[in-house]
Amino acid sequence: MKNVNDLPKKSLMSLQVDLSKFMPATEEEKRQQDVMSESTTFFRDGMKKLFHNPLAMISIVVLLLIIITIVVAPMIVPYGYSEIISVGGERDKGAKNLRPFEWSEAEQEYIAAGNELFPHIMGTDALCRDYFIRVIYGTRVSLSIGFFASIIVLIIGLIYGSISGYVGGRTDLIMMRIVDIIYSLPDMLMIILLSVVLDPLLSGLTSGPLQTLGTNMISIFVVFGLLYWVTMARLVRGQILSIKENEYILAARAVGAKPGRIIRKHIIPNIVSIIIITTALEIPTAIFTESFLSFVGLGVQAPMPSLGSLANAAREGLNSYPFKLVFPAVTICLIVLAFNLIGDGLRDSFDPKLRR
Amino acid sequence: MTKYVIKRVIMAIVTIFIISAITFFAMNAIPGGPFNREKALDPATIEALNARYNLDKPVLQQFFIYLGHFIKGDLGVSLKNGRSISAIIGDSFPISAKLGLMAMVVAIFFGILLGSIAALMRNKWPDRVVIFVSTLFTAVPSFVLATLLLLIFSIQLGWVRVWSASSQSYILPVIALSMYPMAYITRLTKSSMLDSLGQDYVRTARAKGVASRKVIFKHALRNALIPVVTYVGPMTAYIITGSLVVETVFTIGGLGSKFVTGITNRDYTMIMGTTIFLAAVMVTANLIIDIVYKLIDPRITFD
Repeated sequence: MKNVNDLPKKSLMSLQVDLSKFMPATEEEKRQQDVMSESTTFFRDGMKKLFHNPLAMISIVVLLLIIITIVVAPMIVPYGYSEIISVGGERDKGAKNLRPFEWSEAEQEYIAAGNELFPHIMGTDALCRDYFIRVIYGTRVSLSIGFFASIIVLIIGLIYGSISGYVGGRTDLIMMRIVDIIYSLPDMLMIILLSVVLDPLLSGLTSGPLQTLGTNMISIFVVFGLLYWVTMARLVRGQILSIKENEYILAARAVGAKPGRIIRKHIIPNIVSIIIITTALEIPTAIFTESFLSFVGLGVQAPMPSLGSLANAAREGLNSYPFKLVFPAVTICLIVLAFNLIGDGLRDSFDPKLRR
Repeated sequence: MTKYVIKRVIMAIVTIFIISAITFFAMNAIPGGPFNREKALDPATIEALNARYNLDKPVLQQFFIYLGHFIKGDLGVSLKNGRSISAIIGDSFPISAKLGLMAMVVAIFFGILLGSIAALMRNKWPDRVVIFVSTLFTAVPSFVLATLLLLIFSIQLGWVRVWSASSQSYILPVIALSMYPMAYITRLTKSSMLDSLGQDYVRTARAKGVASRKVIFKHALRNALIPVVTYVGPMTAYIITGSLVVETVFTIGGLGSKFVTGITNRDYTMIMGTTIFLAAVMVTANLIIDIVYKLIDPRITFD
């Protein structure tokens, strides 16, 4: 630092600071300038909050465990989801409605003869199929329906909402009227109706890998694509409209930023968290819808199980075999609960409007 | 105000029209006519039947004929048993309406009660218990809950008689139907109650010595209930679709179970009639709720 006396003499009326009026800072005052914590980004800050949310973390762990189980279990369990149990190459007619970890007579003889068999962890169903592997495949089907349905909703809603919000004017007005009408349709009734209609229509069209999925599953996706995107579109449009009005967008435009840069740097980072949260909360809705459709008999195609169709099938003979309802029902509850809690956790940590 | 109401009524009519159009054309898109039975009828009979039900005319004309009948309350006859759909709806709707209204009252009353308790005892054990239970119930599909209730209380314990013509106990179906909306209202009330308890007018009321009970009921709760009113619309939709499941599980002969059996039997006129009817109920309910909502909250402007 320059000595006070080295400076040229301050002339009258000049704005030059008069250093003789300043004091050196004390050690305590200097410490106020220390950086107390690292600089952080919005994303990192949100993640830190999420990691400190025990419910969300437990939910993530539970979901990961479920996903690992449904990936690994079919490799270990030697039964197929539609395979009727056979012992030593012969169909085992006694392996019907076994309780968890129970053996049929034929299997007991087979084991007594010195052979090894894989236990029926959740017993078997009325058609002599291993119930554990059916629940595993059911979870696969339900989770993938939830996942893909919410992706479809995300893509359609995002594109529609951004066009409507960014273009504005008359286009926006017309696009939003369409959304209003679709929004006021009773979704569940329309889904049932469309599933009934699409089922025979699609059965003629599909072939190859689509055939194994079953027409009902495709109609679930079609229906989601047709009806459920409106909430997402409204949300995206509303967000874009309110962000567009902000001063920093005006400032960016004033310094000459191109629309591409404004969308990339200002709009997307501001809406991405809300979109992720809504998508996470869309997955349980899709799983619920699928289980509901399975209940009314419009779910996935027969040998293929879903959690909803398993729970529904378990209603017959419920008094004697309540465990057959319990396993798929608990799995649905766990998955839906986990996604709800993760969604809530994400909202608490990433939605800036909720920060207090 | 009048302008807003007229606009909303027109919207509602347009929606019902669109629903009936979708339903009608969707039904006509299904391959096979209503008289394609397993035992083939002779062509002359089919022709006569087609003429009887106007099926020989172009689809668009059929649609307008259907609309004309629909306005008069005539929804055709069931393809399975030949009974008039209007009569079936007339028989079964009162049961469903009773069940639905009871479930709504239970959900709203207990939801607000539990939500307020949770907000007023924030971070104490009643709050934790209420929030834990309500979070749990938002994750249980209604048919699972209904089946479990039926298994435990009717079959295993024998406390409640199974539904029949002679014993009509609404308690289990109402519980099964109201749990999810109740859990949702509880969470909604808690957060909006916490919000309004933190407002300046509540602090002012407290500071000037208004009794605590009066602050809660007159200042905090009244404002906290506005978001709850907005949920009544979606709740009506939930109760109507939920009743499809709950009525089937409890074998209640309401409109919901008629709809589900219509689907299982592929009874298209039945599906059509019930879809349009339920959709009309839903749209009307939403219309009334929207208007009431604007009436009770003076801050909302009519545009």
